[in-house]
Amino acid sequence: MYAEKFTIYRKQFGALWDVFRANSLGMIGLIVLATFVIMALIGNFFTPYETAGVGTFAEILNPPSWAHPFGTDDVGRDVLSQVLKGAGVSLLVGMLAATISLAVGATIGLLSGYYRGILGIVLVRFTDIFLIIPALPLIIILAALLGSNIWNVIFVIGILGWPGTARIARSQTLVIRELPYTLRARSLGASEHHIILRHVLPGILPLLFANTVLVIGSAILSEATISFLGLGDPTRLSWGTMLNFAFSRGALFAGAYWYVIPPGVCIALIVLAFTCLGYALDEVLNPRLRKS
Amino acid sequence: MGLVQYALRRVIPALITFLAVIFLNFLLFHAMPGNPFALLLRDPRMPPEMRAKLAHAYGLDAPLQVQLLYYIQNVFSGNLGISLVYKVPVTVLVSERLVNTLILVTPATILSIVIGTAIGTLAGWKRGGKFESGALLSSMFVYSLPAFWLGMVFIMFFAVMMGWFPTSGITSYGMQYEGPLAYLSDLGAHLFLPTIVLTLVLLGQYAIIMRSSVVDVLAQDYILTAKAKGFEETKIIRDHVFKNALLPLVTLIGLNIGLIVGGAIQTETVFSYPGIGRLVFESLATRDYTVLEGAFLAISVSVIVANLITDLFYAYLDPRVRH
Repeated sequence: MYAEKFTIYRKQFGALWDVFRANSLGMIGLIVLATFVIMALIGNFFTPYETAGVGTFAEILNPPSWAHPFGTDDVGRDVLSQVLKGAGVSLLVGMLAATISLAVGATIGLLSGYYRGILGIVLVRFTDIFLIIPALPLIIILAALLGSNIWNVIFVIGILGWPGTARIARSQTLVIRELPYTLRARSLGASEHHIILRHVLPGILPLLFANTVLVIGSAILSEATISFLGLGDPTRLSWGTMLNFAFSRGALFAGAYWYVIPPGVCIALIVLAFTCLGYALDEVLNPRLRKS
Repeated sequence: MGLVQYALRRVIPALITFLAVIFLNFLLFHAMPGNPFALLLRDPRMPPEMRAKLAHAYGLDAPLQVQLLYYIQNVFSGNLGISLVYKVPVTVLVSERLVNTLILVTPATILSIVIGTAIGTLAGWKRGGKFESGALLSSMFVYSLPAFWLGMVFIMFFAVMMGWFPTSGITSYGMQYEGPLAYLSDLGAHLFLPTIVLTLVLLGQYAIIMRSSVVDVLAQDYILTAKAKGFEETKIIRDHVFKNALLPLVTLIGLNIGLIVGGAIQTETVFSYPGIGRLVFESLATRDYTVLEGAFLAISVSVIVANLITDLFYAYLDPRVRH
């Protein structure tokens, strides 16, 4: 029985993978993302130089050389080592924050779509309000009030990134609650609990999955931005923090392009990878969008 | 329903959102434990009489619900407190900066919408070609760019290395202008790079949504009818496709005004442009909480108003939503 089920799942997955593989945007995203995961692993275990401490006077803002392929920063540390370390921070913040957003957004969206009464109305209003209030200023204020610590940063970005997910979850729930199989379950006397967990949630998850990949990208962008504004965790070097140092310590006026370009390109590429992947997954998992 | 009636109905949720923002502000800055105003009184060297006096002056000795009512009353009478650093009313500071932000954001938003829709329309029209995949990938690329970093790169190359543009500010400091034309050209030189940065990071989303919207419309039966009638392709695109495809874009503009705000905060910070976004950054650095609070309120109100305007614009374009 389980073996049979497993074969079916594997066949379904294989069919989806074939659709995904034909999507060049998705494959670009996957390859770029894999590169960053490898970078993060390398950065976690081995970096060419120590990223803590400072270098000697002669090592300050050196242009790229064989010893330092990306040059050195304003206190003589190796830029490449810092860039390698930054990959892990970005991935960690992005994934965890997006998971929080998914959990909150799916719950609120599902409940607001499923319950038509006062609970539904209140939750819809609540979502609408948070859809309108601009996220970045709120993230900045909360991060400033809570203090610079990577877990706070993750919490703040995650807890404010849910309204988009909730909107999608709600509109999908509205469709699924009227579908024949849901109505059938209800007329057979299934509990609300059962209907929500066994029928509605599995129905909305594929679309939420594609959306969550996009949310990871924007969470990474948010982390970079607030770190750049000086609200990042000072003990964990992220690409945003590097750019904050580069900006505030005169790398622009020194023309130290080697200190400015790599972290920014990394942020752009990792966000791009998640964006491409999200759009591709949406096409694969959302049959309406599939090219005929 | 007429447009006026519809407008009145949309104003109520906007007001509710405004009240929610006020409440959120109060929660963050006044009610949370360890909030900045409570910290003002925590100096251990302060004699108790003085602490009581200060608490009374700030209204901190009143119960929280009374403080909330005071706060709402103050906001509605335009009193946002006094800057802890500059010692001037927050309202003055914020409104000055808001005008500067609008000078930067308005042209950038219009430019990004125009360029974005043009690219998106072409990409959707030429579906399956090299242009489409190129346009889509580059739209996603500019959408993924951190605005603050793009600003840094532009400053480094075009302002510092090439010396074509000033590196920061809105006008040259202490400059005596010979006439309004000299003033405007100086202003323009300062605005050029930030406007380009903001336009670039915003146009990607418009191009992406416009492309998929055009693809959707092209699959409609009325396009087939138009083709069967023998209309020219350019005419079909202009009169049938473009107009209908614009509708989802207007919704997106309303929903994504927050992205414009985010882009403006980053761009202004990098270019030291004296707008409200830079004010947020400065007040963070100096822990000027009254200003931070006022700036957040002003930003939120602008977004709520802009959202209301796009909502009404949509209702004007598509009368169906009014019913």
